[in-house]
Amino acid sequence: MKNLKMKKEFKVIAELLPNNTRVLDVGCGDGSLMHFLKEEKNIEVRGLELNQENVQQCIHKGLPVIQGNAETELHQFPDQSFDYVVLSQTLQAFYNPEEVLKNLLRIGKAVVISIPNFGYWKVRVKLLLFGEMPVTKTLPNTWYNTPNLHMCTIKDLFNFCYEKNINIKQVVGVNEDKTSLIKKSNLEIKNLFSKLGIFLIG
Amino acid sequence: MPSLAGLFFWMNRKIENINKITITKPLKLDCGKTIKNFPLAYETYGKLNENKDNAILVFHALTGDQFVTGTNPVTNKEGWWVTAVGPGKAIDTDKYFVICANVIGGCMGSLGPKDTNPENNQPYGLDFPVITIKDMVKAQESLLEHLGIKKLLCATGGSMGGMQLLQFCATFPDKAFSAIPIACSSSHSAQNIALNELARQAIMADPVWDNGKYVSKNVQPKNGLAVARMVGHISYLSEKGMQEKFGRKLQEKADYEFSFNADFQVESYLRHQGYAFVERFDANSILYITRAMDYFDLSKQYKGGLVEAFKNQDTKFLVISFSSDWLYTTKENKDIVIALNASGADVSYSEIVTDKGHDSFLLNEPEFLKTLKGFIDSMYEKFKNEKRI
Repeated sequence: MKNLKMKKEFKVIAELLPNNTRVLDVGCGDGSLMHFLKEEKNIEVRGLELNQENVQQCIHKGLPVIQGNAETELHQFPDQSFDYVVLSQTLQAFYNPEEVLKNLLRIGKAVVISIPNFGYWKVRVKLLLFGEMPVTKTLPNTWYNTPNLHMCTIKDLFNFCYEKNINIKQVVGVNEDKTSLIKKSNLEIKNLFSKLGIFLIG
Repeated sequence: MPSLAGLFFWMNRKIENINKITITKPLKLDCGKTIKNFPLAYETYGKLNENKDNAILVFHALTGDQFVTGTNPVTNKEGWWVTAVGPGKAIDTDKYFVICANVIGGCMGSLGPKDTNPENNQPYGLDFPVITIKDMVKAQESLLEHLGIKKLLCATGGSMGGMQLLQFCATFPDKAFSAIPIACSSSHSAQNIALNELARQAIMADPVWDNGKYVSKNVQPKNGLAVARMVGHISYLSEKGMQEKFGRKLQEKADYEFSFNADFQVESYLRHQGYAFVERFDANSILYITRAMDYFDLSKQYKGGLVEAFKNQDTKFLVISFSSDWLYTTKENKDIVIALNASGADVSYSEIVTDKGHDSFLLNEPEFLKTLKGFIDSMYEKFKNEKRI
């Protein structure tokens, strides 16, 4: 899973996070982002992860991790107990992403969310021209085994934040190694050409 | 087969030869009484290095003792945590210095109810003061002082050992660099108090118990104590684990005997466990130690609740629970994690999926042992670096 593109995503996320802060990584996987943040930015990290093997890997690396489900177990973290909460490519996999997002904003003073962009042109072409659910590098699963229940586009998340009065501080589009800032003015085009959207909100 | 009295004599003689310190500093107990000049028996494994940064303190559970691994010299049986502690094991005695002390109230050399009361030269019996988990922990802190260890690399324990550990961290917040509470609770639940009461009532219903005065007659209320142990053994397994291990299998017979002998394997198992136990444990010690467990409520001690108990913790925690443990449930262990989180402590948590119930921490559970090893080894690297700085 942790290929070069994933690393680019983590680099962008890491750039958004100031040194010497306190960060909760929700769905922290094997801890690669946490490790990077801790070593390179002196960030005090905590992780939440469901998978037993990933939890073990984090523990072996000396990274504090709590085994648990973000959907049901975010309540254990007190209000505003972290400077930042990071959620990488899992918002779409929750039963109730709105509730999860509310919780993230409660726990962190700010939140960094990355989403695989369902508005990416290849995804649109696949559905529009071939009439099939898209399978891409960013979205590698087929319709019957995908964990993604609530796919959305960068534009969707933009609109969601406006509707819910959530302050958008910065949005970065990622396509392979290229990154670009996304604003209201270039939203339509970036929504077409970004594979990932990374939002700093709150 | 030696007589029980003979066995007691033999065990007592062996107990004379184990490591002990005499704690001269008076210890004011929670019950208000003070003990002083009392023995604390302990055992160590591995070597303390020059920097004294490789010490791991293990707290034992209700029926455990200081003989964590290798051969217990008193019972000639394997140490109770031989699966986890030893050369090359998860808690590697080639690398770490492992310490374990017998709790006060116990019967493996530390001051307990079968010892002689200096006031009347009779065995204490029920004149022994009621002790608490906090009293046990305070006594063990004196041992660290004796061994010259300012800060432990790690402290760990399962079940009542985990409860002692939580108390230790709350009472002495700067004594452990890391801590691994396993399958425990920050306060004893109604169900657990009830099970302990069942064990106590079984002992007290045995006429041999005689209000705890059996010791001076060199006998032991073995029937009551065996039943108490059987209650424990049921609670250490899971329903599924028990079904898989025993099912309805009969014990070395083709059909029912139409009697009250142990027809079923599960009955035979319980009887065996029960009667094996009476040879190595003192009935009054069970009363005292189970009482200490029942009185344990960390949030009661700290008026602000559990979060308050863990305030100002620098200790790095790893809490571990087992999915099929119904004695100290995942929920109870998670409550500890939540409190540690709320207090801002550095805490990790893992739930090991297994059918083996509360006993899992004593068994060869690969995922559990891997997690234990990974945490301790990574903590050792951190601790060494921190000391260097």
